[in-house]
Amino acid sequence: MNSLNRVILFGATSAIAEQTARQLVAQGASLYCVGRNRDKLMALIDDLKVRASDQQQIDGCVADLTDSDQHARLIDAGERALGGIDGVLIAHGTLPDQQACQADVDKTRQEIETNALSVISLLTLLANRLEQQQHGVIAVISSVAGDRGRQSNYVYGAAKGMVTLFLQGLRNRLAKASVDVVTIKPGFVDTPMTAELDKGGPLWAKPEQIATGIIKAMQKGKGEVYLPWFWWGIMLIIKHIPEAIFKRMSL
Amino acid sequence: MTAPRSWNRLPRVAPDAVHALTQRSAGVPDSLPRPLLAYGSGRSYGDVCLTEQGTLLLTRGLDRFIEFDPQRGVLRCESGVTLAEILALVVPQGWFLPSTPGTRLATVGGAVANDVHGKNHHAVGSFGHHVRALEVWRSDGSVIVCRPEDDNGWFSATIGGLGLTGLIRWVELQLMPIQNPWMWVESQRFANLDEFWALNRRAEARWPYTVAWIDCLAKGKAQGRGILLAGQHAASQAEFPAFKEGGKRIPVDPPFSLVNGLSLRAFNTLYYRQSVKPQGTLTHYVPYFYPLDAIQDWNRIYGRRGFYQYQCVIPPREAEAATAALLDTIARRGEGSFLAVLKTFGTKPSLGMLSFPRPGTTLALDFPNRGNKTLRLLEELDAIVREAGGTLYPGKDARMPASLFQSGYPQWEAFSDYIDPGFSSRFWQRVTS
Ligand SMILES: Cc1cc2nc3c(=O)[nH]c(=O)nc-3n(C[C@H](O)[C@H](O)[C@H](O)COP(=O)(O)OP(=O)(O)OC[C@H]3O[C@@H](n4cnc5c(N)ncnc54)[C@H](O)[C@@H]3O)c2cc1C
Repeated sequence: MNSLNRVILFGATSAIAEQTARQLVAQGASLYCVGRNRDKLMALIDDLKVRASDQQQIDGCVADLTDSDQHARLIDAGERALGGIDGVLIAHGTLPDQQACQADVDKTRQEIETNALSVISLLTLLANRLEQQQHGVIAVISSVAGDRGRQSNYVYGAAKGMVTLFLQGLRNRLAKASVDVVTIKPGFVDTPMTAELDKGGPLWAKPEQIATGIIKAMQKGKGEVYLPWFWWGIMLIIKHIPEAIFKRMSL
Repeated sequence: MTAPRSWNRLPRVAPDAVHALTQRSAGVPDSLPRPLLAYGSGRSYGDVCLTEQGTLLLTRGLDRFIEFDPQRGVLRCESGVTLAEILALVVPQGWFLPSTPGTRLATVGGAVANDVHGKNHHAVGSFGHHVRALEVWRSDGSVIVCRPEDDNGWFSATIGGLGLTGLIRWVELQLMPIQNPWMWVESQRFANLDEFWALNRRAEARWPYTVAWIDCLAKGKAQGRGILLAGQHAASQAEFPAFKEGGKRIPVDPPFSLVNGLSLRAFNTLYYRQSVKPQGTLTHYVPYFYPLDAIQDWNRIYGRRGFYQYQCVIPPREAEAATAALLDTIARRGEGSFLAVLKTFGTKPSLGMLSFPRPGTTLALDFPNRGNKTLRLLEELDAIVREAGGTLYPGKDARMPASLFQSGYPQWEAFSDYIDPGFSSRFWQRVTS
């Protein structure tokens, strides 16, 4: 079991990360929260401070994570504030407008920058640090969309796919250093990011549920987890549809 | 998306748009159709939280705490925080909500907008008496912070203001100290209304919390028989019983109401005959304050057609006669409800211009919706209430005539000056047209 006493959250104001933060605080953790929007981040930190005991440290800072020059400084600041790092959750991301990306390669690049390259930059620095200290867990919110490219959102899917594959390699490398690398693949989650979509049907999960799953997976040091679990079965089928048939489907 | 409903599932109306708020500092996009109306947990019965035009603003995403001073018991939080979430935070630190309705799933914003009351109204007043400050966002983008000591009217318009003065974004509450999560509760049976009045007077003088459940189907000499529960927060002691919350729920919508003459009579009789504990007993605060929350979705037992809640207040002088007349009418029609709730309000004047609580007696009942038959019965009850100079609770109303509202809330016209021009509700349109 990995202990999660001191955790850094990147993209802390995303709905899933916020619920994860609340649950971690309820379990006694100290947190360092990084978010892009100042008002949202301050509201989050105030809330967590009220929930935390005097022994817990709640801190954070505003940063745009697409600016990777800042990454080393952010990790340092987090480590200093918490007095060490047991776990990291990388949760930032955007849901691109696929149509707009198709029309404009700059947009596509930007989305890949936010959803993949900025994550890889953070991971590179974090991996070296945790490898050295020989313990800890890194979790990243990837997506089921990264399991197979589909016409409706393959820019997002490609970025998430890159992250998923990168994490596989990293997991392989860091196993020797007793550092766990966890890939989180949520399905449909009812969050502001998906506010425009119709939430009917049983496939939609609440951020609280996903947060509980993330914390369990981090503590147990799991590899790749689908949340909720049934997406494992759905994606197993989707991944195995022969390409000749898949290319004609409208998914 | 299915339109949000209120707790009694009546009326069924859908707004043009629904918008979930998640950031208290963000406004409401101009692109959303007006008028606006806040919707908390939809624990009102009726249409104060519904609109047929414009946009319903879901506030549950505004669920953050802002500041808590555990020394003084002062809590500031966003308006979509539920009473349950507050209690989970503050009870372990020795604090409690000084006033709470019978559901902990209501939001703070909803509790302010209906100026809700609890079983201890006679001792501490209503929810608004414990609000130290609140912030209202207006549809022109301006923001007003109001405090009870302000003399510009915004505070008394917004307390009990039915969500019409704008969006409440945060509320600061003064909590009440407690020593543990337990309640000391005495229960006593009374055989009729006369016994109730005597018993209740004695109980109110000694206990902060009192409420009575009555069998509204009992007639004649037994009219108004029931059980009075008197409670107080338990003093510290070495040991408490174990407490574990169960999770029961009504899983489906039955196509018709499970509440009918037969089931009611059986239930009410059984309830009345349960063993009482005049010597008192320790009860955890959750089942004591929130017995109905224990069964999730209990509103489903009334079937798809929903039900009406009827809660009136009758001024002290008329209380005894009017209560008897109301119970007569209900028993005669055999239309009753599961257990009616009977309680007297104290004399502490409410702070809100449209607050419901006022000195007198309040009676609350549920009636399955059987269409016109039910509406006719409720009109008969209206006549008794009107005659006695009483009125109905907007937070539990889907049908009262405009005249009854206007006579019961004489400040309604003065209040109109404070309404945000970009806000409205189906309730308001109904009782002012
Ligand atoms: C089982 C049960 C027991 C109850 N017992 C009691 C009781 O003992 N005493 C009592 O007084 N009531 C009682 N009620 C009624 C309930 O407490 C009130 O209706 C309460 O207002 C519901 O809060 P809500 O968050 O669900 O608000 P909603 O029902 O969603 O909305 C109520 C009103 O508040 C407004 N509102 C909500 N949030 C905001 C906001 N952020 N800004 C501005 N306006 C807002 C809405 O526009 C609407 O006018 C009970 C209800 C149930 C279901």
